Amino acid sequence: MKNNLLFDFTVDKTTKKVFVDREFAADLSLVWDAFTKQEILDQWWAPKPWASKTKHMNFEVGGRRFYAMVSPEGQEHWSIQKYTSISPNTNFKLLNAFADKDENPDLPGSEWDLNFSEQNGTTKVSITIYNESLARLEQMIEMGFKGGFTMTLNYLENLLTTLSQRQ
Amino acid sequence: MRRDIFQAIADPTRRAIITLIALQAMTPNAIADNFNTTRQAVSKHLRILTECELVKQEQQGREIYYSLEIEKMKEIDHWLNQFRKIWETRFNQLDEVLSTIKNQEK
Repeated sequence: MKNNLLFDFTVDKTTKKVFVDREFAADLSLVWDAFTKQEILDQWWAPKPWASKTKHMNFEVGGRRFYAMVSPEGQEHWSIQKYTSISPNTNFKLLNAFADKDENPDLPGSEWDLNFSEQNGTTKVSITIYNESLARLEQMIEMGFKGGFTMTLNYLENLLTTLSQRQ
Repeated sequence: MRRDIFQAIADPTRRAIITLIALQAMTPNAIADNFNTTRQAVSKHLRILTECELVKQEQQGREIYYSLEIEKMKEIDHWLNQFRKIWETRFNQLDEVLSTIKNQEK
């Protein structure tokens, strides 16, 4: 899909922050759901050919999402996202940490701050990710994407087929 | 010992050293003059940077000059670019999901 929606990615190495801004051609409430509901999240969170598999998710302050990035070979890389603050349809914050399959976190993790706003039917999401060290950021990539993930055309077809079958 | 390049930039003093020697090759003493820290501490940072192959040493007369390995710094940009790509791909996928859901609601 070609569009002229904003996508901005910047890294401030001195403050160890990554900024990701993106606009979506959808209502705020739908975009909010896509970030906060397990069944939608798992459809887009993992860059293909990886898959996102959420074992459990409780979107409330103090709650958490325990999920895995699953490689095409079936290898699972677990992470925990613990929600530390939620202002519905506006903002939420979480602590992200890698974990083992038994849900033991590998601390320290990174701090995420996600902001949502809507203008003329376009929703903007602004994400700030703070990492204690840039080495952690590297680990995010190392944890499996190094094979070079490519978004295959198959992916889109698969998703559309699956979604239409569910209807 | 060969170290990870990210160990090199994880420390604020080492980042400051990188910034300094990016402009010109400098001796350890000249580098140390810029910090409120001991000469030994600066030497330790320089040793780590050298082990990461981020800086190179050059003997000029009696002095050793340190300068930056520009190519090595590009590695950092390379993986940051990969990280950018993850988000880009992820969000392109979200576009498709959003448009599918919108169509279902109609």
